[in-house]
Amino acid sequence: MSESNHKGVLVLGEQRDGQLKQVTFELLNIGRQLADKLGVELSCAVLGDHVAGLEEILARGAHRVYYLKHHSLVQFLPGPYSRALIRLVRETRPEIMVGAATTTGRTVMPLVAAGMATGLTADCTELDIDLETKLLLQTRPAIGGNIMATIKTPTTRPQMATVRPRAFAPAQPRQEGGGEVVEVQPAEDTFSFPESFLEFIPDLTQEVNIQEAEIIVTGGSGMKSAGGFKLVEELARELGAAVGATRAAVELGWATYPHQIGLSGKVVAPKLYIALGVAGQIQHLAGMQTSEVVVAVNEDPDAQIFRVADFGIVGDVQEVVPELISAIRQIKSARGEVQS
Amino acid sequence: MRIIVLVKQVPGTDNVKMDPETGVMIRSGKDTVVNPLDEHALQEAVNIKSRLKNVHITALSMGPPSADRALRDALAMGADRAVLLSNRAFGGADTMVTARTLAAAIGKLGPVDLILGGERATDGETGQVGPMVAVMLGLPVQTYVRKIELDGSSVTIERIVEEGFERVQVTGPLVVTVVKDINQPGLTTLRSKLLAKKAQLPVWGPEEIGLRPDQLGLKASPTRVTKVFSPKLSRNTELHHYVPGDTTRRLTDFLGQRDFIKGGLAGE
Repeated sequence: MSESNHKGVLVLGEQRDGQLKQVTFELLNIGRQLADKLGVELSCAVLGDHVAGLEEILARGAHRVYYLKHHSLVQFLPGPYSRALIRLVRETRPEIMVGAATTTGRTVMPLVAAGMATGLTADCTELDIDLETKLLLQTRPAIGGNIMATIKTPTTRPQMATVRPRAFAPAQPRQEGGGEVVEVQPAEDTFSFPESFLEFIPDLTQEVNIQEAEIIVTGGSGMKSAGGFKLVEELARELGAAVGATRAAVELGWATYPHQIGLSGKVVAPKLYIALGVAGQIQHLAGMQTSEVVVAVNEDPDAQIFRVADFGIVGDVQEVVPELISAIRQIKSARGEVQS
Repeated sequence: MRIIVLVKQVPGTDNVKMDPETGVMIRSGKDTVVNPLDEHALQEAVNIKSRLKNVHITALSMGPPSADRALRDALAMGADRAVLLSNRAFGGADTMVTARTLAAAIGKLGPVDLILGGERATDGETGQVGPMVAVMLGLPVQTYVRKIELDGSSVTIERIVEEGFERVQVTGPLVVTVVKDINQPGLTTLRSKLLAKKAQLPVWGPEEIGLRPDQLGLKASPTRVTKVFSPKLSRNTELHHYVPGDTTRRLTDFLGQRDFIKGGLAGE
């Protein structure tokens, strides 16, 4: 599909159990910035049934919500989701479509892009508009985060990108109000797919979604043993943080794969990242180096992790971490006394 | 049952270079490996073959001529056949055109029941090619898969998502991209390596897959890399050698000033 007659920015909201996910509001933030630069409208697509809080999408900057409502869209299935979205994109002709780099977004966006025979850039950390050409500038880390690449989609439409969760702050509610929720009935052929959803099993070991966590405490092989790794979990609890692990720690069985951070695991960018006993292999650094603040504790002063750290401690994690935990507890209990 | 495994050869080290003009990765051909998640995909095919009768595994790769090494590794792991898509016309393809090329080749390979691949490659990291191949072949796709249970004509999939796991049933042929949880790749024997080294390995170009050069490579790709630059990585690292009682206090001050200790006194 070529560039003529395409207008507006479309973002793909996400929900689970009818509740909008935080990343939806992050998409509204960047979506609205792009729409304002182009002087066009921002729309947000939401798929599901009985989804709560659609008005909030309008309050946070969308001019329109396309609510693709059907009981067969409650759970994510690639076939029905992509069919419904391709139809919406054909009918509404957005010039830009942005989704989240989540397991849902990274699955359905390629399907839509291939269906539209257009380009898609994964895992962008920045999106902007080239003021001269009005093209979307899609910037992403490449080659393990060693380099950044800016990518354009010059002639096909929509120009598509997924953005990493937490790359943008959530859009805040605005005063202006207005906007509309447009309910779209998906066509019957949307559901003629050989897929059926059986069940969702929550991961109880992962109370905090690691990619949405504000603080992550990660342990590496320097924790020495499964018992030593417990210190990572203890510090995380004290800070209300999610637990991360290096590939080595996962391979040693100290943590499960959903906690793995790095190229072969998850890419994260929390406000605070604490690396304990982490050497800092490039595969790991690529998964965390865009974190806002990085703290590292390691015995080896030449450990690569210190290259990306704001605050480094050269020392034995078995000594440093227990002392740190008790120092934090003291601060908290002191505050408790002040408040009471 | 016919299985096709999509295999990508990726750089073994992190010292990959990028052409500053075109933004295309320079693959020197030295020190390359099979993309680790593709090894898991291959292993899954081999595991299925060990459980069921009449399973035939084809490994398919697109890359420079030297990518035959990745395919020989696939043969050593247990693939029955390997096909390399290699031609100047394929060069510089983005994910969409890579998927188009692979899908055309799969069409030429004949009927298929299961197409497997890694969820993403360690070099490009997009995870887009698998789903795009599925669209082009008109097949359903499941991603982030950690378990595949075959039961007659239907497949039950377990996939890892942010908050847990999803179980999905699919009937008929499908594309599956796997994560490392799915299995433990086994060791290859010296004998199978030697056999793989001597195996005939067909190399296909545009003619063999029935696509014109203008449908292929960088020219046909909808995306263009327009700029590459170094990320702002360097931080002003404060490095402290641990002194009992002192260093952790400095750290709690540092964290407190930035309001990371909820309920803490610092910063008030």
